[in-house]
Amino acid sequence: MTAVQPQTDQITLTIDGFEVTVPKGTLVIRAAEQLGIQVPRFCDHPLLSPVGACRQCLVYIEINGRAFPKPQASCTIPVENGMVVKTQLTSDVAQKAQEGVMEFLLVNHPLDCPVCDKGGECPLQNQAMSNGRGESRFEGKKRTFEKPIHISSQVLLDRERCILCARCTRFSKEIAGDPFIDMGERGALQQVSIYEKDPFDSYFSGNTVQICPVGALTGSAYRFRSRPFDLISTPSVCEHCASGCSMRTDVRRNKTLRRLAGNDPEVNEEWNCDKGRWAFQYTMAKDRIAVPLIRENGVLREASWPEALAAAAAGLKGKKAGVLVGGRTTVEDAYAYAKFSRVALGTNDIDFRSRPHSAEERNFLASHVVGSAVRYSDIDQADHVVLVGIEPEEESPIVFLRIRKQVRQRGLVVTAIAPWQTRGFKKLDAKYVGVVPGTEASAIAQLALTSASVIVVGERLCESAGALSAVAELASKSGAKIAWVPRRAGERGALEAGAIGNLLPGGRPISDAAARVDVAAAWSVESLPSAIGLDSTAILAGAASGAIEALVVGGVDPFDMHAPEIAGLDKAFVLSLEMRPSAITERADVVLPIAAVVEKSGSFMSWEGRVRAFEQSVPETPHHSDLYVLSLVAEALGAPLGFSTVKGAAKEFGTLAKWDGARESFTATTASTAASSTALATWRQLLDNGTLQINEPNLAGTARAAVARINAAFAKSLAVVNGDLITISTDRGALSLNVEISDVVDNVVWLPRNGVGSQSLRMLGALNGAEVKVRKGL
Amino acid sequence: MSLTPTPNQFDENFLSRLDAIIARYPRSRSAIMPMLHLVQARDGYVTPEGIEVIAEKLDLTTAEVHAVASFYTQYRKTPAGEYHVGVCTNTLCAIMGGDEIFAGLENHLGIENNERTADGKVSLEHIECNAACDYAPVVMVNWEFFDNQTVASAKTLVDDLRAGKKPAPTRGPNSVPTFKEASEVLAGFNDGRANEGVQAGEPTLLGLKIAKGERK
Amino acid sequence: MTKLTPVLSAHWDEKDSHTLAGYQRHGGYNSVKKALAMDPDAVIQTVKDSGLRGRGGAGFPTGNKWGFIPQGDNKDHYLVVNADESEPGTCKDTPLLLANPHVLVEGVIIASYAIRAKHAFIYIRGEVTHVTRRLLQAIDDAYKAGFLGKNILGTGFDLELTLHIGAGAYICGEETALLDSLEGFRGQPRLRPPFPAIAGLYARPTVVNNVESIASVPAIIEKGAEWFASLGTEKSKGFTLYSLSGHVNNPGQFEAPLGITLRELLDLAGGIRTGHTLKFWTPGGSSTPIFTDAHLDTPLDYESVSAAGSMLGTKALQIFDETTCVLRAVLRWTEFYKHESCGKCTPCREGTWWLVQILRDLENGKGSEADLAKLLDLCDNLLGRSFCALGDGAASPIMSSIKYFRDEYLAHLTHGGCPFDPVASTLFASSKVGA
Repeated sequence: MTAVQPQTDQITLTIDGFEVTVPKGTLVIRAAEQLGIQVPRFCDHPLLSPVGACRQCLVYIEINGRAFPKPQASCTIPVENGMVVKTQLTSDVAQKAQEGVMEFLLVNHPLDCPVCDKGGECPLQNQAMSNGRGESRFEGKKRTFEKPIHISSQVLLDRERCILCARCTRFSKEIAGDPFIDMGERGALQQVSIYEKDPFDSYFSGNTVQICPVGALTGSAYRFRSRPFDLISTPSVCEHCASGCSMRTDVRRNKTLRRLAGNDPEVNEEWNCDKGRWAFQYTMAKDRIAVPLIRENGVLREASWPEALAAAAAGLKGKKAGVLVGGRTTVEDAYAYAKFSRVALGTNDIDFRSRPHSAEERNFLASHVVGSAVRYSDIDQADHVVLVGIEPEEESPIVFLRIRKQVRQRGLVVTAIAPWQTRGFKKLDAKYVGVVPGTEASAIAQLALTSASVIVVGERLCESAGALSAVAELASKSGAKIAWVPRRAGERGALEAGAIGNLLPGGRPISDAAARVDVAAAWSVESLPSAIGLDSTAILAGAASGAIEALVVGGVDPFDMHAPEIAGLDKAFVLSLEMRPSAITERADVVLPIAAVVEKSGSFMSWEGRVRAFEQSVPETPHHSDLYVLSLVAEALGAPLGFSTVKGAAKEFGTLAKWDGARESFTATTASTAASSTALATWRQLLDNGTLQINEPNLAGTARAAVARINAAFAKSLAVVNGDLITISTDRGALSLNVEISDVVDNVVWLPRNGVGSQSLRMLGALNGAEVKVRKGL
Repeated sequence: MSLTPTPNQFDENFLSRLDAIIARYPRSRSAIMPMLHLVQARDGYVTPEGIEVIAEKLDLTTAEVHAVASFYTQYRKTPAGEYHVGVCTNTLCAIMGGDEIFAGLENHLGIENNERTADGKVSLEHIECNAACDYAPVVMVNWEFFDNQTVASAKTLVDDLRAGKKPAPTRGPNSVPTFKEASEVLAGFNDGRANEGVQAGEPTLLGLKIAKGERK
Repeated sequence: MTKLTPVLSAHWDEKDSHTLAGYQRHGGYNSVKKALAMDPDAVIQTVKDSGLRGRGGAGFPTGNKWGFIPQGDNKDHYLVVNADESEPGTCKDTPLLLANPHVLVEGVIIASYAIRAKHAFIYIRGEVTHVTRRLLQAIDDAYKAGFLGKNILGTGFDLELTLHIGAGAYICGEETALLDSLEGFRGQPRLRPPFPAIAGLYARPTVVNNVESIASVPAIIEKGAEWFASLGTEKSKGFTLYSLSGHVNNPGQFEAPLGITLRELLDLAGGIRTGHTLKFWTPGGSSTPIFTDAHLDTPLDYESVSAAGSMLGTKALQIFDETTCVLRAVLRWTEFYKHESCGKCTPCREGTWWLVQILRDLENGKGSEADLAKLLDLCDNLLGRSFCALGDGAASPIMSSIKYFRDEYLAHLTHGGCPFDPVASTLFASSKVGA
């Protein structure tokens, strides 16, 4: 990794005759990189602990005139003052040692480069050319294995290609904490192995494919699909969560074939999660909406853009309207929705929170989150990280990896306030504070933190009345930083863009008249609506009651919300901006197609508040961004947005993004004291029924099973054992799942929020802490 | 760590011995090797159930336990015979006759390296140097020393083993233990037979006896 | 007068030498009493003064190793005894432990006291059941007699001793691989630094010593550093066990001062197999470059053997007469290294795989003289390029045998296979007992 932390101790050494000064502790191989000298290597990886296994990076070293008796692995030797290093460029010993190792490596490596996925981007191929002998002297028999082995549904292993660098096994153990692969056997038969019954079910397994320096590990989705030189690669940003991963999207003939983790030391380093890597088939779904649709006689029919825009304008014009944005928009799109709502519809009734939400939360976001900048580097320097309302491995995987890194490297103290001690918490060595959902506030109040502490708050903490108030109180008392980590990639950007009822762009309170004047001037309108807007639930309820006559809905699944009044969608005029048919388009009057992330440029704002801009990856697409479509609708309404391109929107938002006026003041909410006799705990798992995960069965194959989790005492009281069916019910519905006895607090049942057969919101209408009934059997 | 065996697959004695092994060490993971020996004492080789129960006891993944089990030659992937016969065929023993002994036993038993006779009595393996070079050629039965073997003596030995005669090792207990019994010792459980057998063989004593003038 | 100096082996001829009673009859555990009355640093100094060097092969001064353990660091310290005797030809610790396990236990107590360890481990190879029993019993008896456990002999010193039994992996004789194995991992060598003295077992300061080194300590405490240092040579002090095996009339163990020669030892062992002549031998196991009859008078101490181009190693003198095919011997060792290579590093893992194939071809008369150059070049690419010394060991027999017996390699090519009769080299070829 690049030197992020200031180093006071500097070491000066000579490499190939050039002097270089680097921080103490730097490895020789990295010091050489500073001079632009590339020592060949395989096992070395800057983010993994050194092993010195492949021996490819041998160099000649002297210290104060005394030579090491044999060449040294430059990936394991820290620099010293007065060290003289000679690499293959200036030392015959190093050159011969490297050629010798390369020849050994190739002894058992097949010559199948023409059919190998790695061919053309293979470190072994490249370095054999640059640093190997011209020809092998090996005339014997190569080691062969049965091939390939499915080590999970999404990763395949061709053992005969493996050079046993142990990058994959080290990654799994050190970085992900998932040692489901390890070396097996010994000597020349050594091989990467899973245990026969337990596959490599890690949320981070795709990284092993990416860092494999040969073609031994391949992903099911990409295997035999393409050649690297046929791909157009575009730096991109992940749309799946708020972690903010830098990515690379590889496209051939307008089809996305592969996505890789990008290298951003400040954010995701070189890693990403498997959802980010492999969940992109949705962009190429056969049921993508290609052209505008208009409902006629109860049925949607294709329409031309002018016709559809006219219909949309007619449906919205002069109506009391509301806007539901969804949490997946880019900053620019969200800004367009925010402006469209105020300028074209004249309302503050807009909300990006298409999920459970509360008034306490909206107040908290406006007072404690918007405009804030807590960073990954704050985790790096934290004395204590508190997790509340979040299971980071499931809900923000890179946040999880960063915390884990600090736990491993320096014993960072982590406290998890949660109803279930998950594997993820265990991998963080977290001090687990078990709480019944709904009672988080009192556990939060008992923490002693400092100004170096970070409270990581998940979006679902809003379901626990008073908990966000307790967080605010703890932060103000201790000086601890608040890191609000929503699940979706667009939420933070939408908050900053003002796609919420109490804020204008830049976090300007609508209640602040000066702020309204400010924005109105920027938008060249006379005034802006001053009434605080409704939230998502109230907007739908308003539609159901008739108080709201029209809705503009972008990328929302109403069943992601708690007890949505679906009737409102049937009653009001609905303009839907969508990629694929959904519960909204089923009820919409006009549907306008929009582009997927890979088909447009833009930016997401990560949980940090960091702007993550990306370019369009798919060169040719018929689709347009939400903001372009909105600009057309606004035009048709006679209230132009003033921009129709991403650049234009970004530029305008840029002028409004900062606000140094007062934030909304915060009014604490009292925690509820009502206790449930049996309470529900529920959250989304990383891999589940999410709409962006469709059409990727290999990825789905590594999803964690949807089970109901209760503790042993609860199981005993129900007379059930592992694998038995139990039924969980509320007055709104019921669902049945197999039991897995887990470390869950007493009298709580945990369910996946959107698992297979377990959509707790849709099927039970129940939030965290809700009273549920549990019985054995169906 | 799926498919963990239900505890009633293992008797209490076995499970308590696993715990006793863990108690020997400051850190539980160190117990993995003796636990694998104990699995062999129960099952005659490293069974999937064995790997799974160790993973569960030590809070490891099954992949981690498999990684260790597959590294060491003595942990078997297939059942050993009741008497596991190892013929040293490292250089010195091989040259002194180990190769002939091994070939003779393969022929006599009708099995090859790492196979087991149909009656399950004897398995055969050519082994590496067993630290008894001054007694070459050496044959080990369940890792007990049968010193200075010939082809003929080795054939008699396996015949006796198959006939259940439990012959005495040259330097070892009064009768050869079964593979499972020996594995229990290798799991660190004292079978109380330490005082059986000689304290040393003649080559061990040669220098001493010369020094004492008892031998030339 | 004999040059032999039985100290460790002094009472092996008594039937109960392996029991507590047998050991105590000759003053066993008296050294513990003496040592525990000393300052721990004084114990370390005594061992330093004795000049005792590691008997496992490397010959590092034992007292210095103990002295490297940081004191007053408020960390647990560990002593680990390497009883993983697996180097081909090496057969000294095994008979020692069979005949007298208590001397090791006593040495462990003294060494642990000196380095302030409260828990010691003996890592014994897994393929010696009866030795395991004897050690288990000796440890049990030492606990019962109050030499192990809490408040040993009322001195306030506590020590736990655990026997850890291996499972068949030569590499675990390498001390850092041994530590990984003892921690419950695959026995693969660790990066150094950190050295075990700083971060060894469980990343705590750890001394790893060979059985014979630790077993030599009670006598040093009892009779004094000067007594020990008066034996042997100037730089290789004391006595040690030499193990003669192979084509000698009387193979066995010979405890003698360092610096004795093979000629003298062969004399004691009744000479080379009657009617035969010495061809080649290993001074210290298969990893030490072979010697020939030109080295009969090389003093068998660390310096002299090294000066003559090999290593004293484990003093495992494997003797081969003229009936032995050197290529067959070397191939078998190479197969051993291939089998035992841990797989971690490329040169050793792939190099041994390749070397075996070339040697097999040569043994079968396939190949050409150019293959010898290739063999030597591959050995050059292996020696000093692998992660640990196993790779060096694999190269040694090949390089040294080609040096001395190049013509014999070539004879396989002209003969179309091995020119030797394998039966001629067997033990039973020269005895009445036939196949």
